[in-house]
Amino acid sequence: MFADDYSDEEPRADPRVGLFVTCLIDLMRPRIGFAALQLIEAAGYAVHVPPAQTCCGQPAWNSGDRVAARSLAEKLIAEFEHYAFVVAPSGSCAGMIKTHYQDVFRGDAAWLARVEALAAKTYELTDFLVNVARIQKLPGAFRGTLTYHDSCSGLRELGIKDQPRDLLARMPGTELREMKDCETCCGFGGTFSIKFGEISAAMAETKCSHIVASGADAVVAGDLGCLLNIEGRLRRRGDETTRVLHIAEVLAWKD
Amino acid sequence: MHVRSMHFKSNAAGALANVRLQSVLKRFGGGFVERRATARLAYGIDAFEELRSASAAIRDRALAALDGWLLHFEEQATRRGTQVLWAEDVEDARRLVLELCARHGLRKAVKSKSMVSEEAGLNEALAAHGVTPVETDLGEYIIQLAGEAPSHIIAPAIHKDKGEVADLFARHHQRPRLDDIEELTREARVMLREHFLSADLGISGGNFLVAETGSVAIVTNEGNGRMVTTLPRVHIAITGIEKVIPTLEDLSTLNRVLPRSATGQDISNYFSILTGPRRAGDLDGPEQMFVILVDGGRSGLVGGELKEMLRCIRCGACMNHCPVYQTVGGHAYGWVYPGPMGSGSRPHSMGWRRRSTCRRRRRCAGPVTSPVR
Repeated sequence: MFADDYSDEEPRADPRVGLFVTCLIDLMRPRIGFAALQLIEAAGYAVHVPPAQTCCGQPAWNSGDRVAARSLAEKLIAEFEHYAFVVAPSGSCAGMIKTHYQDVFRGDAAWLARVEALAAKTYELTDFLVNVARIQKLPGAFRGTLTYHDSCSGLRELGIKDQPRDLLARMPGTELREMKDCETCCGFGGTFSIKFGEISAAMAETKCSHIVASGADAVVAGDLGCLLNIEGRLRRRGDETTRVLHIAEVLAWKD
Repeated sequence: MHVRSMHFKSNAAGALANVRLQSVLKRFGGGFVERRATARLAYGIDAFEELRSASAAIRDRALAALDGWLLHFEEQATRRGTQVLWAEDVEDARRLVLELCARHGLRKAVKSKSMVSEEAGLNEALAAHGVTPVETDLGEYIIQLAGEAPSHIIAPAIHKDKGEVADLFARHHQRPRLDDIEELTREARVMLREHFLSADLGISGGNFLVAETGSVAIVTNEGNGRMVTTLPRVHIAITGIEKVIPTLEDLSTLNRVLPRSATGQDISNYFSILTGPRRAGDLDGPEQMFVILVDGGRSGLVGGELKEMLRCIRCGACMNHCPVYQTVGGHAYGWVYPGPMGSGSRPHSMGWRRRSTCRRRRRCAGPVTSPVR
């Protein structure tokens, strides 16, 4: 998806940020990737996007396909381990790298050492912007009321809670209207939504009621998986107006 | 219990289509979650996390030398007059209870909550052998009248609304239908009183087994547990082998974490430490006390990938926090232990390959087992 401007060969101990776009964003809504890139650059970092990157391996891992998960994980590690930082606009994918890779490589000391080193410098986007880059000026401007859905993995594996709210609070035109049970799962859960579609839909329905009840113009989250799930349900309910946006899109928003 | 968890998807579809159940589940929703959060906050978040770590360490210490602590428990319990019986599986446990009933000529059993007795399908077995089982925990009493299984390990009738309970009581008690929860509870109390006084057997579970004193500790809120374990002439405590902990000091730690995690209480209304039958000069207590220690697949988890599940103290917090449980309720899981912990342990206790409904969202906030929040 990204132009060659952002790729070059054989970097070693690269001081730049390696942007892990995530397969879902690459395939479903690449503008989130570009927004993330813009944000990291605005925070004063050069960004590199390894062009052959694919998936962190989480769907395979959650489905029990350990071999495929491991081969994807090895690929990702090799592609990203030389950067000073690795940033992903997804708590789910960053959480996979930071908390589950150690299980993927359990018992393999050589790989575990590489996993540990990579995990230590891997960040979810808002966490990176707030706690590492300490970004001063956000490039975007957004006007409207927002409600924030805390995605499960980001919240519970990585402690992503205050970071996005901190950033949104710095956007003059926005107003955050918290929904009821903002920390409760939207029903996506990756492969869960495929294996248990009816339960997933019921959970999404509950989530959408809370979103609508908040009265916000847009629902914002840090994971595209949740957003696709939520948007699908909202439109199915006949809601054509509530916008469904990734936090990176909002922070880099240009009217 | 008849296992129906392989039909989870169709069970869940039924639960989703059940309007009454959905309405009950929505109302139940956050109650337990909020109460636990409040209790945690009042205790101090950091202090509570320390308590969780300490509890996990206690459980790990016991489980690392499970056989040794169990033998120590048996020795201490025996010394104080309790007879300890070992059951390799739930069939064994059922047989042991029935043998005791036959040997002591027991005809009516009052029961306080025991999930292991659900595992063993004990009520059906007792009834089939001429012993009348009466559940005395209010929730268990309700579902016994309804002919159902618990849908939550600490709130077994959470799937029933007031109207259903009123209908059940009117039909079974042969009294005018009541509409007020307090009156319904009073009526159950009156009905149960008769059973407490006429039963010759009391069957309880055990929240913890204290090795150093050979005691069975029971945490309840309704006082029925105390009646069950002191009024009838024989008391049988039936529980899993993983419940053993080394010391009373350990019990004190775990009893700080259990009620807070379960119901958000600092301490439950009743907390009994049962150490042997009635001694000479005691005013109450059973003439004989038995403890049946059930393996039922538990020892197979020791030292394995799922060993941490054995730490579980059955607080129910994982169900309360699980969005899947909240959406479909406990019966959809089709097994005694619903929700996250039950889904993890059930295949093992059944000898199946593991296949879970878990979405790994980690909302389940088990105090002693779960890694997050």
